Amino acid sequence: MKHTRTSGFRVALPFLIPSLVGFLVFSVLPIIATLLISLTSWDGLSQLTLAGDFQGFMQQHFIGFQNYIDIFSGSELYQVLLNTLKFVVLYIPLMLVVSLCVASILNSKARGVGVFRVVYYIPVITSWVAGSLIWKWVLNPQYGILNSMLASIGIQGPQWLQSSQWAMPAIVLASVWKDMGYFGLMLLSGLQGINREYYEAAAIDGAGKIKQFFRITLPLLTPTIFFVLIISLINSFQIFPQVVIMTPDGGPAGSTMVMVERIYKYGFKYYEMGTASAFSWILFLIIMILTFVQMKLQNKWVNYDD
Amino acid sequence: MLLPVEWIPKNPTLDAYRKLFTIRNFGTSILNSFYVSIFCTILRLLCASMAAFALTKIKFRGSGMVFALYLTALMIPAQVTFIPLFIVMGKLNLLNSLNAFLFLQFFNAFAIFMLRQKMLTINDAYLEAARIDGAGMWRIFFQIILPLCPGTLATLAILSFMDLWNDYLLPLVLLTDRANYTLPLILNSMQGQFSNQYNLMMAGSLISIIPILIVYICAQKYFKEGLTVGGVKG
Repeated sequence: MKHTRTSGFRVALPFLIPSLVGFLVFSVLPIIATLLISLTSWDGLSQLTLAGDFQGFMQQHFIGFQNYIDIFSGSELYQVLLNTLKFVVLYIPLMLVVSLCVASILNSKARGVGVFRVVYYIPVITSWVAGSLIWKWVLNPQYGILNSMLASIGIQGPQWLQSSQWAMPAIVLASVWKDMGYFGLMLLSGLQGINREYYEAAAIDGAGKIKQFFRITLPLLTPTIFFVLIISLINSFQIFPQVVIMTPDGGPAGSTMVMVERIYKYGFKYYEMGTASAFSWILFLIIMILTFVQMKLQNKWVNYDD
Repeated sequence: MLLPVEWIPKNPTLDAYRKLFTIRNFGTSILNSFYVSIFCTILRLLCASMAAFALTKIKFRGSGMVFALYLTALMIPAQVTFIPLFIVMGKLNLLNSLNAFLFLQFFNAFAIFMLRQKMLTINDAYLEAARIDGAGMWRIFFQIILPLCPGTLATLAILSFMDLWNDYLLPLVLLTDRANYTLPLILNSMQGQFSNQYNLMMAGSLISIIPILIVYICAQKYFKEGLTVGGVKG
């Protein structure tokens, strides 16, 4: 009887070729190329000959760490980080509270939850382009629903996206709307992991719903909350479509300039590929650090669950 | 200054939808989006399951290292690589081509990760039996392993389709000619032209949501399954 070989690299290779090629050409190569380009003054228009005439290209364009020095000594990076910080400080607490509410509603057996179970997830599956357009309309100072609603209770709404003060909070609102279903679902799985007997015992001891929430639900949910926190922190550094669609060109007085928006602007509007690549690497390092923190903490949570 | 909201429109009309299709390239962009989303999803699933098969069912030296390397790619945000990606696509003559997206499906760390998890649960006895019957590795892959992962494949197919259909950043970087635009790009480009015609913008947004919405309503559980696994997006 004929036996086919089932081990060895030669057997595995045909199955691995597409992913290996894709990994090398579209993941490894770009990240190295970004690093090299970040050390040059290349404008994206002259020939890039990193492969063919590497030495010639580098001799012509190499400027060492000048791009990084310029970025760190200029004010733009700090503005970008400040804007991101503003986003994080507003977005994370609001998102946590809203998605906890979503999770609690999903977890309850009240009437009408059936419809909510379907509807709450629609923002997650909506594209950011459609989402941003909807929010631009909602936030429109003259025609928008939000200011009309505020006016009906006697509050004069701000200029939202046209105001340097309110543009970032407006983006936060849209982002919370988009992400609450995603994180709500994550928190729900945490909620469902809590043993119901704790609540029964607490109820017998006379603890009310609110006390139960703060003494049982919240402490037992901390592993999930931490996880959501880190993921949303990593995502906060990568916000892009909502920012460029709702507030083009960095927003009023640069109030919504963020990392990816700068990378795009420098790379494809100003053709300063060197600066864009340096910004890319700064972003990459930030994400890497956050990911390591996540992995370290994740290991702890596994023990916590045991 | 402030206009009162009409919660229930006095004169509902489908005029905006008719008008949408008179916008240049609007119809084409829908076809483009379908083309990219469908073919890229198929290719992504095929390549990822081949890789997962090799990493779980074929013993070879360095298998663990390959998987570890693949996993590190999850750390690289797509936004960091798009400048060199733009250059690589230029060298491959794929700039402004919808086929550029196909090449990006060869490797998808998240899909490989999920399929590997699934295939680890498949008993090797199936393979042994097929091997004794004289089946080659490709036959084992297509006729035994793939049919045993329908749930994971469905979850991944739905998530990939959604990601590709909704994607804005990569098409923005790689497509320059309006005739090749995907739906999100056309929608965004309408902003300048029809900045205050909100009915048109909303109609366009709604059309862009419909395909995903249909899939979502029919296959809710797959959507949610994938998004909670590991909490990482591909």
